[in-house]
Amino acid sequence: MTFAGLELAIGVPLLGALVVMLVPRERAAGVVGVVAGSVVLVVAGWACAEVYAAGPSPGSSGGFALVSDATWIRVLDVDWRLGVDSLSAPLVALTAVLTWCCLVALLRRAPAGADSRGLVALVLVIEAGSIGTFVALDLVLFFVFFELVLIPMWFVIALWGDRDDATGRRRAATRFLVTTVTGSALMLVAFLLLHHETGTFDLVALRQSGPALSVAAQTTVAVLLMLGLGAKVPMWPLHFWLPDAHSKAPTVGSVLLAGVLLKLGTYGLLRFWHQVVPDGALEAAPYLGALGVVAIVYAALACLAQTDLKRLVAYSSIGHMGFVLLAVSTMTGQGLAAANFANVAHGVITGLLFFLAGALKDRVGSTDFGRLGGAVYGRAPRLGAWVAFAALASLGLPGLAGFWGEMLSMLAAFDPHAGLSRTTYLVYMAVAGVGAVLTTAYFVVAVRKVCQGVVDRDALVDVEPDEWTAWTPLGVAAVGLGLFPWLLLWSASAGEVVGAVSR
Amino acid sequence: MTQVVDWGPIAPALWLVGGAVVALLLDVTVPSWRRFGPTMVTLVAVAGAFASALSLVGDEQTAFCLPAVRDGGPAGCSWVVDDVTLVWWVVVLGATALVAALLHPAVAEGDLPAGETCFLLLASATGAVSLAAAGDLVTLVIAMETVSLPVFALVGLRRADRRGAEAALKLFVASVVATAFTLMGISMVYGATGSVVATQVSAAVASGEAVSPVVGVGLVLTLVGLAFKVASVPFQVWVPDTYVGAPIPVAAYLSVVSKAAGLAGLTIVLVRFFPSYGDNWRPVLAAAAALTMTVGNLAALRQRHAVRLLAWSSVAQAGYLLVPLAAGGSGADVGALQSYLLMYALVNVCAFAVVLGASRWGATDVADFTGLYRRNMWLAVALAFALLCLAGLPPGVVGLVAKVVVFQSAVDADLVWLAVVMAVNVAIGLVYYLRFLVVLFRPDDLAPAAPRPGGVPDSIDAVIGLTLAAAVVLSVFPGLLFGPVIP
Repeated sequence: MTFAGLELAIGVPLLGALVVMLVPRERAAGVVGVVAGSVVLVVAGWACAEVYAAGPSPGSSGGFALVSDATWIRVLDVDWRLGVDSLSAPLVALTAVLTWCCLVALLRRAPAGADSRGLVALVLVIEAGSIGTFVALDLVLFFVFFELVLIPMWFVIALWGDRDDATGRRRAATRFLVTTVTGSALMLVAFLLLHHETGTFDLVALRQSGPALSVAAQTTVAVLLMLGLGAKVPMWPLHFWLPDAHSKAPTVGSVLLAGVLLKLGTYGLLRFWHQVVPDGALEAAPYLGALGVVAIVYAALACLAQTDLKRLVAYSSIGHMGFVLLAVSTMTGQGLAAANFANVAHGVITGLLFFLAGALKDRVGSTDFGRLGGAVYGRAPRLGAWVAFAALASLGLPGLAGFWGEMLSMLAAFDPHAGLSRTTYLVYMAVAGVGAVLTTAYFVVAVRKVCQGVVDRDALVDVEPDEWTAWTPLGVAAVGLGLFPWLLLWSASAGEVVGAVSR
Repeated sequence: MTQVVDWGPIAPALWLVGGAVVALLLDVTVPSWRRFGPTMVTLVAVAGAFASALSLVGDEQTAFCLPAVRDGGPAGCSWVVDDVTLVWWVVVLGATALVAALLHPAVAEGDLPAGETCFLLLASATGAVSLAAAGDLVTLVIAMETVSLPVFALVGLRRADRRGAEAALKLFVASVVATAFTLMGISMVYGATGSVVATQVSAAVASGEAVSPVVGVGLVLTLVGLAFKVASVPFQVWVPDTYVGAPIPVAAYLSVVSKAAGLAGLTIVLVRFFPSYGDNWRPVLAAAAALTMTVGNLAALRQRHAVRLLAWSSVAQAGYLLVPLAAGGSGADVGALQSYLLMYALVNVCAFAVVLGASRWGATDVADFTGLYRRNMWLAVALAFALLCLAGLPPGVVGLVAKVVVFQSAVDADLVWLAVVMAVNVAIGLVYYLRFLVVLFRPDDLAPAAPRPGGVPDSIDAVIGLTLAAAVVLSVFPGLLFGPVIP
């Protein structure tokens, strides 16, 4: 029985949530939340350092650092196994950073209405569940953490969501939850099939025994996983829950939903498709790639038609996740690295965009382009600059993080796995390129509608100190990852992928 | 012929019968003890039964055995206790004790006659205990009726309540018809195999000397009465009206003990009597499971009344409970069924206890629970946790793991389609569990007309606290529940 310390990243937020509920004053509860979030930030940094120190090559523990192993439910072969590797470490760090920013934002800007202590506690539980999902090395444990995130997020949307639309926010929350749960139950069936075939839920063991299964068995598992995790990503056409959920959620809800929760789906696909059932995934990959590029174009066209900033950012998420899915579906080490990079880049940039949309909503009361009134450059210059910066980062301006996400995904599609049709993927790449152009178009349009124009309305309150604190880490990350992409790519060179690449 | 009786295996049933008689007599002879006496006797009897059951852990024990009917055939026993039986008993005894505590406030306040209530409760529990140990079909059907008859009376026992009388009548008529089918089925099985004892029936069926079409029809008819107890589709119609008309603790009893008895009976009939007929009854049960969960969940979606919602939810849960049997009823499957049942019994009693507590200040509809968290935090937390366990979502980890186990038995039996149906159903179920859940945490000024919460009697509070604590502990250490039950 070993506990290597990742428990801290799960236990501290849960404990923090408990304390927050018992603290009598809302302000003190917020401070407790920030303290807990800061501790997790330190633990996440430590985990990244450990992974870096262990090096990218698979070591004795199957490439995982900080491995915990303890009996949990012995009779079901379910054990408490945690560990982190170069695939999960960036996502753990992303979760810790985004949650910290959210907790800071909640200090002064909790949505009015319901008791903000509950919101702080729920954000902490979401953090614990997300990190738990990323570091779980047991399929059932992965499933438990995956599900742990849902109820808190449902509460966040249903109770703290859009104040003007009580039925709408409840409907959005329930639609999100029911879709995800249907998906995750299918994912569970896939896990149980794996257990039925191999007799284990242990991810490290499955990386050996999974690829040895028959192609038919692998394909069934891969398709179930694609449907199950696809509902979470969300993969077109299972995306229908997302625009409503994002636009009705409070700011921190949107940030975590886009920045962290969607990553649970893509992380699962990377982990299981590439490492456990690579042969089956090869069968399904062209379909996933096709759905990915459809999502890119569909989302771009939908964005051009949006009249609301929050909904626009939500739809743009579908497109960005399309790039991730395309990268996943190439089934190469480069695709894995690209998908992971695009994951993190999207989390950082879209998180920032939702913060900015929330800030505009706080000031004007709406994110509808008409009611925003434009001319934010004139009415609140710094805020306008932030919006322009985030939009540029999101549309893929070279030098910022978003560029590498899109670029590497298309590059990976240029050279897919030998078992896939290169022609098909060249078509995918071309279509994705068109999507990238459209993405530029709609963000330019959005910036023009929001930021430019003649100042004919009252000035807005410009960016305040607590907002600087909450947004700066994301801005720094967007620039840093844009200028130094090797920060996230160093692991790919060593061929981290055990399954598909090694064959 | 002298019948040697081994008292050990039947001691739990004797404790309950003894307790029933003492409770009734105590009420009549010492009226001044009426307030606490019968309830205390009930709890002591259940505790005694529990202790004597614990001493039976280990090897299979039997009582009332007869030699083989013909030379070379197997001997048979009417009372068989093994580790599987003991788990049924734990569910029955535990739930009976909790229901007795839930009934106590009504008994103490004179809404229900003390002696009769406790007598009927223990008598019914005796039937459930006997059913789980039945080794022949006659014992089985008598035990089944012993479970039911006292419940008819319990449902209609509330003084001056015409709805209760109507509910009792509905339950009675439906149940009697179902029992008639079962009796018919048993007579056909007897006619075809020449025996009603498990070992002999299964030997006759396996050897192929029984006339198989007759046995097949007999088996199906026998299952009708048990399916009625479980409230499986198409025998679920009586559930909502009966639950709403009955006193709430009795509804809890119906949803847990009565259902457990039915499942025990189903397991015994299918696994002990007709194991070689698996290919025949497995598809039937799979269809019944899929229909039961779908009908229960879809009907529950539309409910506004708290007890009615829990009633339909219990129908849906019965569908999940049938899945492991449809998977074949191997040792692991029965373990899956029993571990799910243990979880369900625990959290369902908890949910009913909260609803009972709230009914004391007039809350009947789901909307009446608005803002409960603000006003009575622990009640709201307990109900929320119970609903999450029923839905199978964390933090109700014990419910989630129980669902995983049930899914696993379906997948291991290559019933992937049933697993997918169940996956969709789990998602549908969420909608109504969460609709109930969110109401608890809403600001209470949204429902100014909702009745003001008052206090909850100590015995109800104790049940809520106990079940909540158990569910929380089992959510952190699910192995405590699943370890002993799953072989």
